[in-house]
Amino acid sequence: MIGLLGYADRISARPGETIQIMVSTDSLDSYDAELVRIIQGDVNPDGPGYEEEVIPHDLGGSFTGRFQPINLGSYGVVEDNSTFANLKSFGVLAAVWPTLPGQGCQVILSRQDPVTGVGFQVMLDEFGALAIEIQPKGGKSTICSTGHALAKEIWYAVTASYEAETGRLTVGQVPLHTHPGVEGMVTKSCATNPNLSQDTVKAPIMLAAQRTSGTASKHHFNGRIDSPRLFSRPLQMAEVRDLLDIDIRHPDFGDLIAAWDFSIGISSDKISDVSAHRFHGQLVNLPTRGVTGRKWTGAEHDWTKMPSHYGAIHFHDDDLYNCRWDVDFSVTLPENLSSGVYAVRLYGEDEEYYVSFAIRPPIGKATAPVAYLLPTASYLAYANDRTGNEFSETEIVTGRLLQFNKNDLLLQEHPELGLCFYNIHNDGSANFYSSRLRPIINMQPKHIGQLGGIGSNLWQFNADTHITGWLAHIDQSYDVITDEDLEKDGFSALAGYQTVITGTHPEYYSLGMLDTIQSYVNTGGRLMYLGANGFYWRVSYHPEMPGVIECRKSEDGIRAAAPRSGENYASFTGEYTGLWRRNDRPPNRLVGIGMVAQGFDISAPYHRTEASHDPRAAFIFDGVDDEIIGDFGLSGGGAAGLELDAANPETGTPPHILVLASSQNHTDVYMTTPEEINDPVPGLGGSEAEIVRSDMVFFETLAGGAVFSTGSIAWAGSLSHDAYDNNVAKITTNVLKRFMNKKTF
Amino acid sequence: MSKYQITDSDLVYAAEFKKQPFGHQSPGLQRILNVLRGGPVEGKYILIVLEPYKRWALGQLSANRGTPVKVVAGYKFTDLDDAEWTVFKLRWKEQTGKDLNL
Repeated sequence: MIGLLGYADRISARPGETIQIMVSTDSLDSYDAELVRIIQGDVNPDGPGYEEEVIPHDLGGSFTGRFQPINLGSYGVVEDNSTFANLKSFGVLAAVWPTLPGQGCQVILSRQDPVTGVGFQVMLDEFGALAIEIQPKGGKSTICSTGHALAKEIWYAVTASYEAETGRLTVGQVPLHTHPGVEGMVTKSCATNPNLSQDTVKAPIMLAAQRTSGTASKHHFNGRIDSPRLFSRPLQMAEVRDLLDIDIRHPDFGDLIAAWDFSIGISSDKISDVSAHRFHGQLVNLPTRGVTGRKWTGAEHDWTKMPSHYGAIHFHDDDLYNCRWDVDFSVTLPENLSSGVYAVRLYGEDEEYYVSFAIRPPIGKATAPVAYLLPTASYLAYANDRTGNEFSETEIVTGRLLQFNKNDLLLQEHPELGLCFYNIHNDGSANFYSSRLRPIINMQPKHIGQLGGIGSNLWQFNADTHITGWLAHIDQSYDVITDEDLEKDGFSALAGYQTVITGTHPEYYSLGMLDTIQSYVNTGGRLMYLGANGFYWRVSYHPEMPGVIECRKSEDGIRAAAPRSGENYASFTGEYTGLWRRNDRPPNRLVGIGMVAQGFDISAPYHRTEASHDPRAAFIFDGVDDEIIGDFGLSGGGAAGLELDAANPETGTPPHILVLASSQNHTDVYMTTPEEINDPVPGLGGSEAEIVRSDMVFFETLAGGAVFSTGSIAWAGSLSHDAYDNNVAKITTNVLKRFMNKKTF
Repeated sequence: MSKYQITDSDLVYAAEFKKQPFGHQSPGLQRILNVLRGGPVEGKYILIVLEPYKRWALGQLSANRGTPVKVVAGYKFTDLDDAEWTVFKLRWKEQTGKDLNL
């Protein structure tokens, strides 16, 4: 049971604009909805207290509940036409690289009526062997299989044909290269009815799946397909290798109906037919492109330079881009609404669900001196994260039993909610895409995470409400700007703000986002980086498809899975991927510090350094006599914890930086990050390695601005301690007040 | 996954864990925890939140996406130290075949 779920068509909107809300429920006949401002999302009884503000605004409820399914799995679709319908004899050819052969029927190419099954499909059968099924109208289907399973992750040429004159079905498979222990060419012929026609079927050609009803699909192919082709004659096994490689203008191609070349338009969701017919197609649910194909030799790693070596598409049965639910209702935002973090709260009986988004200020108008950067790219990166469900070592690094709340149990039972960058595909391959056009369970207030440390245990979206709660407590007005706004609007998104405040873990940054915030700092802006492991991975927004980012974790870094060799360039944009420090843009250059270690049990306090008594830092410690900072908090019991950033001149930390305080004596579940390790030696844990620490830093910029960084995800969890009367809140408020003062540094 | 074999010589670390299940732990105890907490996902013990920050049941994970968490009957907790020690003893028995009576 899913209960009550929803999502919005956008994550950032301005007053007066309209947001569409999509809802699905399998437990409520009706539900209601209200607009709320989220102030403090932590429901820990030891915390500051949950706080939201209901905005008086009639959303038109109540609403009738209905169930809307999520159709997981990617495929290609080519609209029906008379050429397909007029086929008598035909032959299908493709190169395939299966990743889960033998795990259920997996379609390579099909044209079938979704209800009656009339038509044909070429597939790997349930045993992993190449097979064709053909079914006449009003007759029984015939299946012809080689009976020999394909080996996993090896390129094969596969073919299937129907000869109308004789009623002969032929299937064949042959590895494109010889492999010890892998069976060579296998063919099989079977008899069925002659003179079957395809004009009794009205159905598109489906690549990598079978159409069921509407836009739903099943029998998804797991693995790569390269150069699928359709002929109006049966094919001979002896010719299939040649037919894959000779120029399609060759006279032998006179019977060619379609030849889809996946090396064309790699950044798009379109597939191109290079035959004379131009039967182009559409991809659904973002199968992975920019992956190595049957021709790849290792000579070139950049698909933009040799696309012909990247002529494959990797399809997965768990790909998801857009749930494509029908709209249930629209919300036009009141013109006088203040910028902030908001949600449409759906509720009925004992169910509730928050569809969260940001409301920006009106266009061209900063309505507060402070901009709070809502790290929505990082929310997508962690969307519906199942780390605790699927990686056993999560309990080791959290140092305690994992707690599964209602949302975690829901994610375990409903894989159709899709993957994020912390999960791998069912076939073990890395997932490169994450979308917000689906319910994101962990982008709600009240949500309890698994990596947030002993205490409140909050992570990402809800942990960031520790910052909005503090801003509300000190009665500081602020505008909210999302990562998508930075990407789309560039520098203008931050123009006019005296100070910019980050979230607790702004880990994922696109080039456009990074350029925007760097430009802001370079031109005298003041940046408060109240987190850690920020500005770490390079991501790419799709230039045309809304709400989706790509991240390939190339080279090194902390990651659930690495891209395969030759696949370090983003399909969306052609950018080189990986850590920003491997792209000559280390976070140290922007915020003075960079990621060095992580652990998720308890946090530690900071110890002030001699530099904290430098007159340049006097405003930071005004009224703070303590030498120990943050020996309390809701995120592990200390202000320095979870993920830690430290200064390092070798990776771009400015020479004039003041390291004001550092944490020490972390536990041994804290470990040094892989990118910091060239030579693994004992002693890389928190109790021994000097590098495992948070550095709180401050530095001035050339244009009279300044940067303050805490280097700890846990910092925000300490703000509310003792009713906000503590040295962490005092330091943070001191910095904010000075940063809002226009006097240059 | 750790290949370390727990023996009676590790009982001292069990006692250390009982006294302080969270936070700083000796290298010897950490090595035991890497074994006990690092097993396969299938059947792994987790806590099911009955009431946030207050009450928990014991559950076991499935390695298959879509298969619900299984509730382990007879275990309810209102104290996380108690939950940790209970699971530590269950896993100790599974690893060594011996009851842990401390």
